[in-house]
Amino acid sequence: MPTLRINGQSHLIDAPDDMPLLWALRDMVGLTGTKFGCGIAQCGACTVHLDGKAVRSCLLPIGSIGNQAITTIEAIGDTATGAKVQKAWLDIEVVQCGYCQSGQIMAATALLNATPKPDDNDIDAAMAGNICRCGTYVRIRQAIKNAAVSA
Amino acid sequence: MTMLAPIAPSLSRRGFLTAGAALGGGLLMGFRIDVAQAAVPSALPSALPPGVPPVPNGYSINPNAFVAIAPDGKVTFQIPQEEMGQGVYTSLSQLIADDLDVALDRVTPVPAPPVEALYGSPGSGRMGTGGSRSVRSFYTVLRVVGASARAMLVQAAADRWQVDPKTLRTDNGEVIDDANGGRRLSYGELAQAASALPVPTDVVLKADKDLKLIGKPVHRLDTPAKVNGTAQYGIDVRLPGLRIATLAASPVVGGKVAHVDDGEFKKLPGLQLVVLDDIVAVVGPHFWAAKTGLDALDITWDGGPDGKIDSPQLWQALRETSAKPGALGTNKGDTTKAEGDRLDVAYELPFLSHAPMEPQNFTVHVKDGGCEMWGGSQVQAAAWNAAAKVLGIKPEKVVFHNYMLGGGFGRRLDVDMVTKAVRIAQKVDGPVKVVWTREEDITQDVYRPAYRNVMSATLKDGKVTGWSHRIAAGSVAVRMSGKPLDGGLDRGALEGATENNYGVPNFHVEFIEAKPRAINVGYWRGVAPNNNVFASESLMDELALKAGQDPVAFRLAHLSSTPRLKAAVERVAKEANWGSPLPSRVGRGICAQFAFGTFIATIAEAEVDTSGHVRVRRMTSVIDAGRVVNPDGMLAQVQGGLIFGLTAALYGEITIKDGRVEQRNFNDYRMMRINEAPSIDVYMIENTEAPGGIGEPGVTAAAPSLVNAIAAATGVRLRRLPIDRDKLAERKTASL
Amino acid sequence: MKRLLLAVLAVIVIAGAGLGVWLVAIPGPTAFAKGATVALADYRAANPTGVPTELASADLVARGEYLTHAADCFACHTAKGGKAYAGGLAFNLPGMGTLYSTNITPDRATGIGNYTDQQFIDAVRRGVRADGQHLYPAMSYAAYTYMTDTDALAIKAYLFSLPPVAAPAVDNKMAFPFNQRWLMAFWNAAYNANAVYRPNPSQSPEWNRGAYLAEALGHCGECHTPRNPAFALDNRDKFAGTITAGWRAYNITPDPTSGLGAWSDTDLATYLSTGHAEGHGGAAGPMGEASDNSLSYLTQPDIHALMVYLRSIPATSGGLPQVTLAPAPASYRQGVTPDANPRGAAIFASACASCHSWTGVSSLSKYATLTGDRAINDPSAMNVAQAVIHGVQRKIDGKAVFMPSFGAAYSNDEIAAVANYVTARFGAEGAALKASDVAKLKDQSE
Ligand code: FES
Ligand code: FES
Repeated sequence: MPTLRINGQSHLIDAPDDMPLLWALRDMVGLTGTKFGCGIAQCGACTVHLDGKAVRSCLLPIGSIGNQAITTIEAIGDTATGAKVQKAWLDIEVVQCGYCQSGQIMAATALLNATPKPDDNDIDAAMAGNICRCGTYVRIRQAIKNAAVSA
Repeated sequence: MTMLAPIAPSLSRRGFLTAGAALGGGLLMGFRIDVAQAAVPSALPSALPPGVPPVPNGYSINPNAFVAIAPDGKVTFQIPQEEMGQGVYTSLSQLIADDLDVALDRVTPVPAPPVEALYGSPGSGRMGTGGSRSVRSFYTVLRVVGASARAMLVQAAADRWQVDPKTLRTDNGEVIDDANGGRRLSYGELAQAASALPVPTDVVLKADKDLKLIGKPVHRLDTPAKVNGTAQYGIDVRLPGLRIATLAASPVVGGKVAHVDDGEFKKLPGLQLVVLDDIVAVVGPHFWAAKTGLDALDITWDGGPDGKIDSPQLWQALRETSAKPGALGTNKGDTTKAEGDRLDVAYELPFLSHAPMEPQNFTVHVKDGGCEMWGGSQVQAAAWNAAAKVLGIKPEKVVFHNYMLGGGFGRRLDVDMVTKAVRIAQKVDGPVKVVWTREEDITQDVYRPAYRNVMSATLKDGKVTGWSHRIAAGSVAVRMSGKPLDGGLDRGALEGATENNYGVPNFHVEFIEAKPRAINVGYWRGVAPNNNVFASESLMDELALKAGQDPVAFRLAHLSSTPRLKAAVERVAKEANWGSPLPSRVGRGICAQFAFGTFIATIAEAEVDTSGHVRVRRMTSVIDAGRVVNPDGMLAQVQGGLIFGLTAALYGEITIKDGRVEQRNFNDYRMMRINEAPSIDVYMIENTEAPGGIGEPGVTAAAPSLVNAIAAATGVRLRRLPIDRDKLAERKTASL
Repeated sequence: MKRLLLAVLAVIVIAGAGLGVWLVAIPGPTAFAKGATVALADYRAANPTGVPTELASADLVARGEYLTHAADCFACHTAKGGKAYAGGLAFNLPGMGTLYSTNITPDRATGIGNYTDQQFIDAVRRGVRADGQHLYPAMSYAAYTYMTDTDALAIKAYLFSLPPVAAPAVDNKMAFPFNQRWLMAFWNAAYNANAVYRPNPSQSPEWNRGAYLAEALGHCGECHTPRNPAFALDNRDKFAGTITAGWRAYNITPDPTSGLGAWSDTDLATYLSTGHAEGHGGAAGPMGEASDNSLSYLTQPDIHALMVYLRSIPATSGGLPQVTLAPAPASYRQGVTPDANPRGAAIFASACASCHSWTGVSSLSKYATLTGDRAINDPSAMNVAQAVIHGVQRKIDGKAVFMPSFGAAYSNDEIAAVANYVTARFGAEGAALKASDVAKLKDQSE
């Protein structure tokens, strides 16, 4: 029954250690912004940050997280990079159905934290794990570049 | 902005729709609609601007059903269409807001209740979002609604001020009396009085030059909630006491549960096992518990007669059927008398799964002789009725809270996710959210039919003189209605095949139903044109080659009777630098298409390396969709549609073994990813022709242009999808 | 001229005989050990056969269950997705044909429900089925022959306690002459010792137990020992590693570089009982199955006995280097970069990096860490490619451990590219697989 640090708050999770974080977030804590898409680390819809790094919560056992800080889409706007990315997304209307976009934004924010001025290769390497069934890739790429040059 | 928290109007026992009550507490000046009298005032303009589609005779528009204005001037828009990513919340709100004369940010769309008498489409009378039809169907209706409401508000002001309404004007939510010092009344102040006025029987739509929103790129209303995680999809439903279930339905269509061994399952605490005829579900406190429980069961299925069907058998059956004559779709001249060199070909397309990013789910609470349910559907009324039917109750006893869709693509035109959830919920005390795994979502889909096209064409002096096309496929119409086809013809399967864009003098199209065993077919983004445009534009390319002509020039020479398509082809050739030199093993291919009321010409540029690997370098489309409501939204739809179509062309195929779908998740049902996506340029041709659909044209244009590009790059003509990379690699050994 | 012909013929005959001797004179599986063996009945130190002491007083069926797991009957007699022990698993023998395992549930019509004790023993230990026909040595009777009749009958008792499953045999598809079962009699004469395990008193009781587990029950050599041209295990290279069904079975001799010599006891014991050891990676494919269906059921003393025995095998060097490597850099731009193999890197980014990370140390699961994995350090990338093709479906400590399979949706060329990329980035040496190699691997493993 681990205690998790989610968006700056502690939550005691009454579930077995091997339960993936995704379900703790969605079904227990009530943070439904993190999405379920595949459950096998193939789509990226469930991406959250663990100490600032993008991870797939659908396969991350809650027992292995310890004291690392979990950040979800609901709080990423409180970070400077996250806010920048969200704004870039809004400015050029990246979103279609939107279901993949929490994960896309989390992945893009982690990319910009690690690589503030990413080129196309960097974007490919960081974002290829995130599927968008609506096919918003052209705009995702553009929005990341816009976010990178915005102050 | 949290406008997308679900707010679902409910239908009370007496059949009154009370928007105000449903929106939570009388803040709104609610319009009350008596459903029984829905077909009341019809407000139709006597004259329509050019290109604004007429509304069918007898269709009545009741503005009160669509618009509610609160005292603070906020406009609630009961939107009949579903938001599934195509931007319809925004474009339909633009239509209302422009003629109502309010800024877009004052409008909040909320899902309309499932009352087809009020919200059915003017064409079919049904509620449903699909076929790239939302704007086409509701363009005039919603402008009339806005204009009628505006006229009523103006009348209310005129009554209040005792002036002639003709002397008043409106601006962004206010009625202004210029003749009297510019005094103003806000819509919020006028709404109550306006609601009591009769609906005008004649309204005037804004002239094109006065439009402030329609045709202008606007920010989407649903985006803010979708970038900060607050947008709520069906899968996000949370309720007090909610339990979560996941299920396994018979992996063979028509199969049954034979035996469930629950030895291991029983060791797990806090779970409920639900075993139905053809479904096993586990209910638990959260999804993980339910899934762990389901995995612990050892289920034996009785596959029944289809339990031995494999894909090769299905293809053989389709090929046999396609050799027989079909029902006539269209005919002109006499193809048997057409002169010239003849080309006989067949094109084949596989079954496809929808795989929307949001796996299927529905939340249902069966209680007190009724039921309340939450979820996203492309067919609100059908979902509502289906739930009632399962329970054997009147639809009025079902309260349906409709949600945004994490992708539809036609999957949510079916209601099996609703009926399965209701059946499970019948066994559960309290509300239960039934969430499908991705594996269940892919293996229990209703699949885009497999097609075989038997075609032949004749060519004389560089012109196509004869064209015959037999489409063989399972009929989605039959599968969904359960009724046989009238005269053997599925009219829905003809779009994109029968238009004869190229003005061929002898032209014949027929359809033959080839119902596949062991698989249910359904509508898939792009519907029939997925097949028909692929077949037609592949054949056109082959004919150009046979005639020794450039594929663009060849098409242009045949497009004199279809000038809008011709203009699109000319423009796209220019934008894509058609004819400019390319490196070896890189080719361009064109697709000229008229479908969904929209003209689109597309050029793909693709590279095929010596191992057969295809890299799509660039896609260029020129689209003429007539009157466009949100140009940026249209560009987005074409961009996304092209990716959707390319994904299918490159990777998409559902196969069957032992009656079971073999693909299960994104590891074996592959999606195009950002590092494979081409650069995409979309250009629009602006005009005031009737609006065309935009959700699907990009999808159906992708495969033919890509396959034609591959032919140009390699000389290999692929007549089957998905693209066979091994075949392209073989060519390398043969010719290089 | 005639004399010349005769001379040539003589050379051929003599060479043939020499080859024959080489082919047949294969030492027994435990012949490497010093000291003479004795009949089981004459060995007093301990009983190396049967079940561990914990189960000594258990009923026959429970004892049989343990032994059935130890002998891993499940692996071959259960088809993928099929009912346990109902047979139907295909064995593709390139050049010979396809064999299907049979139903060993107690179904009378289609299984072994009518087998008498003696018929069962004959099948398990001699490779002769109830109707007198010879089994193919795909059935490991040449190993099971070392089992005692008592143990064989305990297995029978367990199998007979299971629900019968009606599953008719699938017809084998063997080409001539391999479809001539009677030929197996010659093979048996040469290669089936047809004798119960003989303990070696100069070795410890634990060693003897380990030998019984490895040779009579676990039949480790069937995969880990190379075969001679007659498809018999060549114990001269015992446990030196070879390729079985398109997967590499590693060198499990104590050689410090190519084998297990450098593994700590803890790592080796953990690997044997769970199919995974941190820093060494995890079992997949056939070894993954052996782990899940067999080794994971063994008691700790039995695991230890097995380890003692493995440690005593003569070390054979050669084969794959085992290197301990540091994780790759966190950025794809550092370390082995995509330049040399952009396609492999692109697929890794799409389908693999989410779980395996650019460092090779998974952020999600220790079971997905690539760094240090033997497969990753194998420059043939054989098992890497197989894992990509087939995925991994395992259970470790009762929990599912899995990797999705990519063989259906990715081209052979793509699978080769990604296998080459990951071995280069995370392993000792990059592989150079081609699409055609992947095609062959698929053929061998399907
Ligand atoms: S749900 Fe986690 S990667 Fe798809
Ligand atoms: S926006 Fe719909 S899946 Fe990405």
